[in-house]
Amino acid sequence: MADRPLPPPEVAREWLETMTLIRRFEERAGEMYAKAKVGGFLHLAIGEEATIVGSVRALRETDYLISTYRSHGHALARGTEPERVMAELFGKEDGVCRGRGGSMHMFDLPRRFMGGYGIVGGNLPLAAGMALACDYLGTEDATLCQFGDGAANQGTFGETLNLAALWRLPVVFMVTNNQFGMGTSLERHSAVTDLFKRGEGYGVPGIRCDGMDVVDTYETTCEALRQAREERRPVLVEAITYRFRGHSMADPEEYRTKEQVEQWRQRDPLTTFGERLSAEGAVPEQEREEIDRRAIETVDGAVLFAEASPFPAPESLYDDVYVLGDQVQGWYSIDERAAGVQRGEDIGP
Amino acid sequence: MRYREALNAALREEMQRDERVFLMGEDVGVFQGAFKVTAGLLEEFGEKRVRDTPISENTIVGMGVGAAMTGLRPVVELMTINFSLLAMDQIVNHAAHIRYMFGGQVKVPLVVRMPQGAGHQLGPTHSHSFEALYLQVPGLLVAVPSTAADAKGLLKAAIRDDNPVIFIEHEYLYGQRGEVPDDDDHVMRFGQAAIRREGGDVTIVGISRMAVTAQRAADLLASEHDVEAEVIDPRTLRPLDLDTILDSVRKTNRCVVVEEGWPHGGVGANLAALIQEQAFDHLDAPIARVTGADLPMPYSKPLEEIAYPHEPQIVQAVLATFGDV
Repeated sequence: MADRPLPPPEVAREWLETMTLIRRFEERAGEMYAKAKVGGFLHLAIGEEATIVGSVRALRETDYLISTYRSHGHALARGTEPERVMAELFGKEDGVCRGRGGSMHMFDLPRRFMGGYGIVGGNLPLAAGMALACDYLGTEDATLCQFGDGAANQGTFGETLNLAALWRLPVVFMVTNNQFGMGTSLERHSAVTDLFKRGEGYGVPGIRCDGMDVVDTYETTCEALRQAREERRPVLVEAITYRFRGHSMADPEEYRTKEQVEQWRQRDPLTTFGERLSAEGAVPEQEREEIDRRAIETVDGAVLFAEASPFPAPESLYDDVYVLGDQVQGWYSIDERAAGVQRGEDIGP
Repeated sequence: MRYREALNAALREEMQRDERVFLMGEDVGVFQGAFKVTAGLLEEFGEKRVRDTPISENTIVGMGVGAAMTGLRPVVELMTINFSLLAMDQIVNHAAHIRYMFGGQVKVPLVVRMPQGAGHQLGPTHSHSFEALYLQVPGLLVAVPSTAADAKGLLKAAIRDDNPVIFIEHEYLYGQRGEVPDDDDHVMRFGQAAIRREGGDVTIVGISRMAVTAQRAADLLASEHDVEAEVIDPRTLRPLDLDTILDSVRKTNRCVVVEEGWPHGGVGANLAALIQEQAFDHLDAPIARVTGADLPMPYSKPLEEIAYPHEPQIVQAVLATFGDV
């Protein structure tokens, strides 16, 4: 797999830049979590940068991308401003979702990043629905649906693959196999650990790629998307990868050994790709340092932006629960007006 | 026109009106719907727009959500409301929450239709009434039409609305006849209750099929007990036309809420709270509730008959508000 040729140097450099940005962004997000600037759960994708960038770069601008609760990297790879992703983590008004979603629920409609989702396996039916809309409306767009190895055990996995194959929908299901469903290792949660084989029984051909190799991930996803788009059938891609950090920040990692983590770190996708680019003359070593410095600067700026952004105003609490119109004229028209019912904005932040 | 035919007409008209409207569900096409609501639509609109699905409720609804987010207006049929429990994740965690949690960037114009109700000896997995479950969820609209005219007018409104709608039909009502305006413009608005019968002595609020049962009980109250009941059918629970109910209660000073679902956390429990919060001084008696029995639905006919409300229980509850029982 590693012998797939590199793309043109400017393309390879952009991939490295984006992978570096994701790495530095995630590291900083972790620091901000430790400083209590970020609340709730925080799931970092450190170690999975090649899977993210390789697969997202295979998409056209008009294709749909849908992901999980580990989705900062997907938003960044799709082009969402790091400032707005960080502001979302901070729960600020200028966050991509105005602070309503948080880390697990990124979304960027103009870039057709159709969301991170907090329910394991919940996004597979949505992806098939988006592919159905593309098919129905007669567009050439495809949908890329990312989920983890844990989600492969949800009922929606089988249900959605069956329906997508039955209706010949242009969707690529990509299982990001990072070896763990939270703290339960692959061999402890799956009877069949070759996850790409799981689609065959549903009529969905499967293929595996090296998720630590951005080039292999890119080429594999391109071919899967081509089949989805041109042959009108879903494909299951299994990207083998590893997360270097815990499931979330609240994870003591007692389910795996330091040796195993260290072994995978030898294959750090950022290091291996960067070294290969220098070795093959695409990006000189000093330029890699420059790329890293710029990524850190960008993330510095994102933190400053997020700090400066205001928290959402209390009076905006009920914004966008409904699309308002003739039938729903305001939150009050739907629900209680009684003095005895505590309304959120009366409590204040 | 029968209730099921009114629903069928609504679907047909909206599909003719808007190419983006399509149907998805178990046996909605070749079989024409488990209750024949979709009869003739496959023939008229073809397989692209009338789609038979596998038995995968959560995924069918979820695909509807995804398609609604990306430009279509799906109408998903679930065979009974009990089966909708398999789709609870997609209905609550996704359909209802997506607009809010993504900061208003996207809308989910999805209708999920399903029938509910007891009376056909279908036992504990096919007979319940769950409007109270959906009433609880912000982000959803909830309709409970009890007449053929409302079935048509509200379904058309549901399809045209940009919010996710839980559209709760009733198995008993499918065969009931009623006057239905046959013009395409018979589109009703959510949040407008109907006063089915005027009266000055007591307000009876009936939900779904119980709006019909309540009217029969009101006739008995008038003929046998000289009590004139005002019967209100809210028609939609979200948004709720609380004003019409409050106006009536302020006039009659008594209220009985009738529903087929369970008592705890039910529609009646909710309405009783809302009414006492805003019209406490107008009440001459505690608000009464008549509900389905607090148990899984039994199969055996005599047991099933006493496990959901009929006219005598409503009459008794009304008389009790006068201290006459």
